[in-house]
Amino acid sequence: MTNPTELHYAPSHEWVKLDGDIATIGVTKFAVEQLTEPTFLELAKRGKSVKAADEIGVIESVKSTSSIYAPVPGEVVEVNQAALENLALVNEDPFGAGWLVKLKLAPGASFDHLMNATQYNAQIAGH
Amino acid sequence: MNNTQSTGLIFELSKSGRRCHRLPKCDVPNSARIDQMIPKEYLAKQVLPLPEIGEIDLIRHFTNLSARNMSIDTNFYPLGSCTMKYNPKRHERIAAFPGFANLHPLQDDDTIQGMLELLHSMQEYLAEISGLPAVSLQPAAGAQGELTALFVAAAYFRDKGETHRRKVLVPDSAHGTNPASAALAGFDTITIKSGANGLVDLDDLKSKLGADTAVFMITNPNTLGLFETQIQEITELLHAQGALVYLDGANMNAILGITRPGDFGADMQHYNVHKTFTGPHGGGGPGSGPIAVRDYLAKYLPAPIVVKEGDRFRLNYNMPQSIGRVRSFFGTIGILFRGYCYIRTLGPDGLKQVSEHAVLNANYLRARVSEGYEVPHAGPCMHEFVASARKLLREKKVRAMDVCKRLLDYGFHAPTVYFPMVVSEALMFEPTETESKETLDAFAEVMLKIANEDPEVLRTAPHTHIISRPDEVKAAKEPVLRWTKA
Repeated sequence: MTNPTELHYAPSHEWVKLDGDIATIGVTKFAVEQLTEPTFLELAKRGKSVKAADEIGVIESVKSTSSIYAPVPGEVVEVNQAALENLALVNEDPFGAGWLVKLKLAPGASFDHLMNATQYNAQIAGH
Repeated sequence: MNNTQSTGLIFELSKSGRRCHRLPKCDVPNSARIDQMIPKEYLAKQVLPLPEIGEIDLIRHFTNLSARNMSIDTNFYPLGSCTMKYNPKRHERIAAFPGFANLHPLQDDDTIQGMLELLHSMQEYLAEISGLPAVSLQPAAGAQGELTALFVAAAYFRDKGETHRRKVLVPDSAHGTNPASAALAGFDTITIKSGANGLVDLDDLKSKLGADTAVFMITNPNTLGLFETQIQEITELLHAQGALVYLDGANMNAILGITRPGDFGADMQHYNVHKTFTGPHGGGGPGSGPIAVRDYLAKYLPAPIVVKEGDRFRLNYNMPQSIGRVRSFFGTIGILFRGYCYIRTLGPDGLKQVSEHAVLNANYLRARVSEGYEVPHAGPCMHEFVASARKLLREKKVRAMDVCKRLLDYGFHAPTVYFPMVVSEALMFEPTETESKETLDAFAEVMLKIANEDPEVLRTAPHTHIISRPDEVKAAKEPVLRWTKA
């Protein structure tokens, strides 16, 4: 499994891509494979302010229901409407077209607690 | 025999004018004018499309459907966390005694003394087994028992002026009903992590426990089939903060007569009579989820409670601080009845033996299954255990679900799959106490055989049933919940 090296990873299987002060957030391919094909997705509304580890969504499959957490603090500025309407995007391209929300980073937001791809690979090895 | 005759929807079998029986002529005066008896706004706009069918087709329809079902009477059924134990047939016979079965719930107390005595005894037995003296038989199943107990807790804290207690702590291995009940009762749910050993992570608990904690909901033995050995320390921590401890009693089958929740510090618990005490619960019900609580919580229980006065029994509604009814009448009487029969048949020593044999069977099966599957948490286990199919997923792209589907081909019901969520590709086995060594061995042999079968055979299993794999994703995304006439 290839986890892109330019991303940051949370232990709860979200990824973050930083672009200026905008953080794009999604769930990893490993998470989607564990969950099996998603059947339901709910995302936080635009304008919502979140702290790190606050819930920003819920994703369900026939197997289980999981919360999606904000890896970093900020304000939701965009949600992926296409993914909400077509869950196959999350299933098939979780690192690309299946992204979930964009946050405008809160001032002083830190990425130090997140993992790089190598560290994340180590976390999921053996599963 | 795969009899596919008459197994469409019964509505689709309908032919105009067919009947199983003829109703006698109605003797209610003026009944021809229904609109004179019932206000027009309550009348259906058109005749309901009820199925019209002859008796032989009706009987074939339901008999054929029933034969497609796996049940505890036809197959080994190791569905973890569900305690699919054998339902003794004498309970059915006794529950059908007309003196009990033909009672009406609105009869006067004086005319149902036998039933009230039975319910009163059941309250006492459940109090004795849990070590918690006050019992309500009302809740209709385990999850409603949880909700009822949390309402009781909320009433208790309101009474004490401690409405700042907003949080209910729930381990990450808990049944999903625990956080759902907490949310429905108006609390905020906080998840407590499990440690690598599968038990509650005490440091995580301590970091989240505070003056705003209302209740800690714990399952013991937990859903990994492990006894929470730190339970005394946990309950002391909670009590030091003035909070209550709730025991999810789904796993009582492991500890009957061996330890009591009240003795290890739980303040409230529910029972699943349909699990621990043999109420049949195939097809989802009916359940029965009585709760037992400490004496100082008794006044908040749902009214009525059966009380004994002299040698008479009556329903006590005079409970001004009661949270109110949670179910009509006295609970799921038919299931409570079977539980009563079970408890009386076995007695204290017999119930203890039930748990000893349940634990022995689970440990034997655990040892056999671990010859071919990873069992992540160290044993011995209690009445159930959790294995993982992640090695199969890694090496052969075979998932836990594929193993379960293949088991059906060999005539075994699947274990619980993908629960608890703290184990990836989880397979959760609960053999119960009544299975013979031969059955456990036969099942274990099949499990080991499946681990070495052609992955493609597994991914497309089952192969010997009328239907193979329903499209679960489509069913979840686009459910068809109601039949409409074409």
